[in-house]
Amino acid sequence: MTEDPMKPVPRAAQRGAALRGIVRAQEFGVFLILSAMVLFLSVFTNTFLTSTNIFNILRAFSWIAISGFGECMVIITGGIDLSVGSVMGFSGLISAMLLRASGNVFLAVVGGLAVGAVIGLLNGLMVTKARLPPFIATLGMLLMARGLCYGLTGGWPVQDLPQGFRNLGQFDIPLFGAGVPLPLVFTIVVGVIMAVFLTRTVWGYRIYAVGGNEVASGLSGINTDRVKIMVYTLGAFLTAIGGILMTARLGVAAPTAASGYELDVIAAAVVGGTSLAGGEGTILGVLIGAAIMQVLRTGLVLTGVSAYWLQGVQGLVIVVAIMLDQLRKRRR
Amino acid sequence: MSNDDAFLLRMQGISKSFPGVQALDRVDLEVRAGEVLALVGENGAGKSTLMKILSGAHRKDAGRIILDGREVEIENPHHAQQLGIAIIYQEFNLTRNQTVAANIYIAREPRVRGLAGWLGLVDRPRMEADAGGVLARIRAKIHPDVKVRDLSVAQQQMVEIAKAIAVQAKLLIMDEPTAALGESETEVLFDTVRGLKSQGIAIIFITHRLEEMFRIADRVVVLRDGQRVGELPIVEATPDRVVQMMVGRSLREIFHKETAEIKEPILEVRGLTRRGAVQDVSFTLRRGEILGFAGLVGAGRTETARLLFGADARDRGEVLLEGKPLRVNSPSQAVKAGIGLVPEDRGLQGLVLKLSVQENIVLATLPRHSAAGWMNRSLVAQTARAFTQRLTIRTPHLRQQTMLLSGGNQQKVVLAKWLASQPKVLILDEPTRGIDVGAKAEVHALMSQLARSGIGIIMISSELPEILAMSDRIVVMHEGRIAATLDRSEATQELVMAYASGQQKGERV
Repeated sequence: MTEDPMKPVPRAAQRGAALRGIVRAQEFGVFLILSAMVLFLSVFTNTFLTSTNIFNILRAFSWIAISGFGECMVIITGGIDLSVGSVMGFSGLISAMLLRASGNVFLAVVGGLAVGAVIGLLNGLMVTKARLPPFIATLGMLLMARGLCYGLTGGWPVQDLPQGFRNLGQFDIPLFGAGVPLPLVFTIVVGVIMAVFLTRTVWGYRIYAVGGNEVASGLSGINTDRVKIMVYTLGAFLTAIGGILMTARLGVAAPTAASGYELDVIAAAVVGGTSLAGGEGTILGVLIGAAIMQVLRTGLVLTGVSAYWLQGVQGLVIVVAIMLDQLRKRRR
Repeated sequence: MSNDDAFLLRMQGISKSFPGVQALDRVDLEVRAGEVLALVGENGAGKSTLMKILSGAHRKDAGRIILDGREVEIENPHHAQQLGIAIIYQEFNLTRNQTVAANIYIAREPRVRGLAGWLGLVDRPRMEADAGGVLARIRAKIHPDVKVRDLSVAQQQMVEIAKAIAVQAKLLIMDEPTAALGESETEVLFDTVRGLKSQGIAIIFITHRLEEMFRIADRVVVLRDGQRVGELPIVEATPDRVVQMMVGRSLREIFHKETAEIKEPILEVRGLTRRGAVQDVSFTLRRGEILGFAGLVGAGRTETARLLFGADARDRGEVLLEGKPLRVNSPSQAVKAGIGLVPEDRGLQGLVLKLSVQENIVLATLPRHSAAGWMNRSLVAQTARAFTQRLTIRTPHLRQQTMLLSGGNQQKVVLAKWLASQPKVLILDEPTRGIDVGAKAEVHALMSQLARSGIGIIMISSELPEILAMSDRIVVMHEGRIAATLDRSEATQELVMAYASGQQKGERV
């Protein structure tokens, strides 16, 4: 306790501390779980550890992960965004409709992203200015956005999207004889940007501060409403990126697309160590959390377990992962 | 009375260690029925740990507990309750949305007869009648039917006491019961305590406020660094002697004020009003001055501070900072204008406990520690290092979570945050509440130092010795208005209290 904060730490001790830091880091536990799952599937199936399969997993987890980055941010501020599934579907649908109307990929993408951001802005305003609990505000938005999907399409999917658009989700970048899926590249780029945003910018500091103690942050001169509005807006914008990638991958925008994905997204964030109490969570954690959920989905299929068991196992993994996290925290 | 059998409770050789800390080292403690025992010591001296062992929240490592002549092994809070030991923590354990009666009989609700009772139907009339009886016993004028959230803090405390009485407690432990009470409420509480005493209940009273100890306790036991350093009957105790035992230094060194040159006015407040809270408050604060705000809880001192800081909206009034009108509608504008506020509740309003020492220190100055939105991390570390040294904040490293620091060090982190913002006016709301005597002395020394550097300081405090010792002038508030503004030379404890309680009327300036 009385150690001089100025005293330089010896190099060897620093290295030891770094190692201990890694082991104690929030992400370490879930990383172990992911590693164990991958190891198990690699040994017991001969289809898991193929580049095609790995990249398929990574492609499919992209939109969950990108949306999860946004969800993580919202949860760090002490809120929740239940509308992500609907926003994903709706922004993808808007992109598809703009595409059919104009044929311009750029316009379609920008339009889809803008719609996502506007929905996020509305979420943020409902939470801050109208003082609605985030759960209620975004539950309402979940239904409203989904309702718009049905209303605008009359229930019919928007099909025949041009290849230029579909490439966003389907193109593989040739690399060392394997094809790296473009959505994976987007995920990594967005993930790096978001990690830097959260840990190195003033906004990141404010997000953690508001989530850790909103009153103290406000009394320190932070405009907490503005931080929250920004977080909901940026979160939904990221979700819209995910939605467009998903639509491009599927090549069709169904009004039912991404229904129920909010649970996958929230699960990815929470399994990755984001605390629902606010103030805690990392992008790396979300990435690992999203990977766990996707490996689970693919793994069950590969091991020949009926798809009917999937949800049950997912639930079990969520609960076990959080319990392990709680144990880690208590021991600290 | 020296007969051992006279003791209701004897704790012998109690030891308890946590990873890395010997919290208690062979501590003895005994209490008689019908006695008020004051347990004092600095933060971290082991008072709370000792009490948590009694209440079953912690298990002792070694030692014996003899209750009513029988050795007992207290296993958990429920067991302690069955043994007749009740504890009232600083943070109340009340369910705010339930009635007083439901709280008093929580988990022991009387049920109606027969099948419906077996199924869990509560006998509400009986519960309320019984609760009313218990409340009458402690002479609390609270209706058992009202919701706890509609009660004042003092009334909630009465409910806590009633809860303890209702389980037939023989020993009542009170952890800083007056921390949130005003002077008159404290008086009511003391009456209640005297009443319990006459009913043969033993009371252990933990407090930081020495003057209270002299008013209510029969005996005082002092802990320091996990050991019992001594015991005095109250008639032999003096404040200086008790403090000496607690810290090994005298009272004079704790409230140490150095004179600063008082210069031109920096903050002028005229007719500040917020309906229902603050009425027509006017005063002038000068550079280098410490202006003390005295008054009872609810007198409008904190509310005045919040108005100046833009945390609440004012209905009327004018504020001049350095002669220019100050218009603040939010704390962020106040911070920009050069006003800092150290709020009364560290954990809830002052710190983000999950964040590190360095992140908390730069929280009010993020723009200055960044360029185009990018945090300048070396500058952050540099600022944090400078202030941890200047304020001697004891932390293993700058990335330590603030929740792991002691109360005194946490308060110094809050102070560091505002010093980093280089304020012109610093408002301190109960700056030394709940921190130990050593840290108190350091905070006071720092206040003197800041005043000398030309900052105007407003210090709100409910501790009269602190107000009298540290202030250059004293503003006394009563029911939202300024009752008097007293000069340091003319202020006495009696005079301040007379104005604060409204006994003496007529504004003097």
